[in-house]
Amino acid sequence: MRFLGLLRANSWVLVLAAFLLIVPFLFPSLAFINIVSEILIMALFAVSLNLLIGYTGFVSFGHAAFFAVGSYTVGIMLQRLSASLPLAIPLALLCGMILSGIVALVIGYFCTRLTAIYFAFLTLAFSQIIYALIIKWESFTGGDQGLVGGIPRPPINLFGLSIDMTSPFSLYVLIVVAVCVSFLIIKIIIDSPFGWIIRAIRDNSERMNFLGINVRRYTIIVIVISGIFTGLAGGLIALHVSGSYPDHAFWTKSAEPIFMIMVGGMKVFAGPILGAIIVTELSAHLSSYIGLWGLIFGAFLVVFLMISRQGILDVLALKTGLIKKLKL
Amino acid sequence: MDIASLLNCLADPGCMAGQIISGIIIAMVLFLVASGLSLILGVLGLLNFAHGSLYMIGAYFTYTVMASIGNFGVALILAPIGVGICGVILERFFIKRVYGLDALYQLLMTYAFILIFDDVVKFIWGIFDLSIRMPSLFRRPPVTAIGTIVPFYYLFLIVVGVLLVVAIWLFLSKTKYGKIINAAASDPEMLMCLGINVPFVYTIVFGLGSLLAGVGGALACPLRAITPGMGFAVIIESFVIVVIGGMGSILGTFVVALMFGLMRSFGILGFPFFELAFIYVFMAVVLIVRPAGLFGKVRI
Repeated sequence: MRFLGLLRANSWVLVLAAFLLIVPFLFPSLAFINIVSEILIMALFAVSLNLLIGYTGFVSFGHAAFFAVGSYTVGIMLQRLSASLPLAIPLALLCGMILSGIVALVIGYFCTRLTAIYFAFLTLAFSQIIYALIIKWESFTGGDQGLVGGIPRPPINLFGLSIDMTSPFSLYVLIVVAVCVSFLIIKIIIDSPFGWIIRAIRDNSERMNFLGINVRRYTIIVIVISGIFTGLAGGLIALHVSGSYPDHAFWTKSAEPIFMIMVGGMKVFAGPILGAIIVTELSAHLSSYIGLWGLIFGAFLVVFLMISRQGILDVLALKTGLIKKLKL
Repeated sequence: MDIASLLNCLADPGCMAGQIISGIIIAMVLFLVASGLSLILGVLGLLNFAHGSLYMIGAYFTYTVMASIGNFGVALILAPIGVGICGVILERFFIKRVYGLDALYQLLMTYAFILIFDDVVKFIWGIFDLSIRMPSLFRRPPVTAIGTIVPFYYLFLIVVGVLLVVAIWLFLSKTKYGKIINAAASDPEMLMCLGINVPFVYTIVFGLGSLLAGVGGALACPLRAITPGMGFAVIIESFVIVVIGGMGSILGTFVVALMFGLMRSFGILGFPFFELAFIYVFMAVVLIVRPAGLFGKVRI
C-alpha cells in the first residue's frame, strides 16, 4: 500500500515513461529514439550528480569516474561473457552499478575528509586516476581507442520469453524503463527523512553535527547512491553508443552534467532533466546544422550566467512559491 | 613494471642525463602555464579552466607571427602580449562577474570560454594540426654533454624558464607592485581602504597570468603540434601542479612542475603502467594529508 502511495505521489514519472514508450510506436523515427535515449541517459547522470550538488551541497568535479566505471564494466562484460547467458544485459548493468557503488565508497571515504573546493579537487584527482588507468590498461580497456568493435546485445531470456535486444526499439524501451525507475527511486529517497537530513546538511552541516547526525557518514552514503545511478547511466551509454571510450572518464565529462544542473535548476528534482534536454538538444541540433556548436553553446552559457545565476526551474519555483504565499 | 630498465638508466649517466633533460623540458612549459594559473587562483580566488585555452591561443598567435614575419624572437614577444590583452578583455567583461561566487559558477563561466575559444581557433586557423619549423637561430648542431645529446632549443628553453622563475619571484616579493598583488590576495578590503584600485589590480593579475600562459604556448610551438583542444590536457596537468604546490605559491609551482616532469620522464621507464596515474595519486595524497599544498600557506 505504501508503495502505491509513493507511486501516486510521483505519478509524473509514470506519465513520462508512458509518454516516452507510446510516442515512438505511433511515430517510428530512429532520430527521435536516439536523441531521447541520449537525453534520458544524461538526465540520469545529472539527476544523480544533483543528489550530491543540489541536495547535499558538495560539488564533485569527478563524477565521470563512476560514469566510466559503469560504461566499461558493461562494455567489457558484454564483450567477454558468453552470449548464451539468459540475462547478460541486466547482469552487466547490475555489475556496473555495484562496481560504481564500490568505487564511490572508496572515493567518498577519502573525499569527505575535505570540504568545499578541496573536496572538488580531490574528486577530480580520483577521476583522473581512473582515466589514467583506462588509458594505460590497454589489454583490458583498449587504451585510448576505447572498447571498439561494438558491444553485443544478447537477447534477454525471461520466463521462457526471449526479447531480442538488437533492435534499436528494444534498447530504447530498456533505457526508458531503467531511467524512469531510477528517477522514481531517487525521488523517493529525496522525499524520505534521509532526503531531509541531507538537505539540512547542505544548509547547516555544523548544526546537524550538534544534533548528533554523523555528517560524514551521510555524505558518503549520498556519494555511493549517486555513484550507483551514475554507473547505471554509464552502462546505458555504453549500450547506446555501442562502445566505451576514455572520454567517459575525462574531466570534461564531469563538467557536462554540472552545466545541465545549473541551467535547469538544482533545487527542483526535474531541474537537471530540463537542463539535460536543453544542453543535449542544443548540441545535437546545433552541431548538425552548423559546425560552430562550441561557440554558440559557450555564448549561451555566458549569456545565461549574465542574466540569471539560477537555473530555470529554480526561478519558476521561487516565483510560484511567492504566488502561493500571497494566496495564503 | 620495468624496474630493470629504470635501474639500467640510473646506472648510465648518459641515459640519466637524457631523462633529466626531457623531464625538465616537460616541466618548463607546464610551469609557465601553471604559474599563471597559480597567480590567478592565489590572488583572485578564481578557478580559471580557460587557462589552457589561453595557452593554445599563445601557440596560434606564435604560428601567425612566424608565418607573416618569420622571426621567432618577435613572435615570442608579440604572442604573449596578444594573449595578455585577450586575458584583460576576458576579465573586464566576463570573468570579473564570477569573483567570490561558488566554484560552480566559475567553472561554468570559464568552461564556456574553452568552448568559445576552441571554436574561434577552428574558425580562424582551421581544424588541422599546424606546426612551425624550428627557428633558424636554433638550427645548429646539438650540444653533447655527459654522454647525451641535447638539442640547442632545449637549452634555450631551460634558460628562459629559469630566468622567468627568478623574474616572477623577484617581481612578487621585492617590488612595490608585487607587494600590492600579495596584499590583494590576503586582504583586498584593507587594500581598497588604502586607496588602491583593487579591481584594476585584479585585471592586471589576470592579464599577467594570461601572458604567462601565452609565453608557455609560444615556447611550446617548436616542440609540439598546434591543434584546437591542445589546452585540455595542459589545463588539467597545470591544475594538478598548482594544487600540489599550493595555490599562489610560485616556488611551489616551480618545484612541483620539475617533480612532475621528472616523474613523467623516469616513470615512463620504470613504471610505464602507472606513469600517468602516479601524479594524480600523488595529488590525492597531498590533498588528504595537507590540503593547502606542499608550499601553500594554511588558510583558515
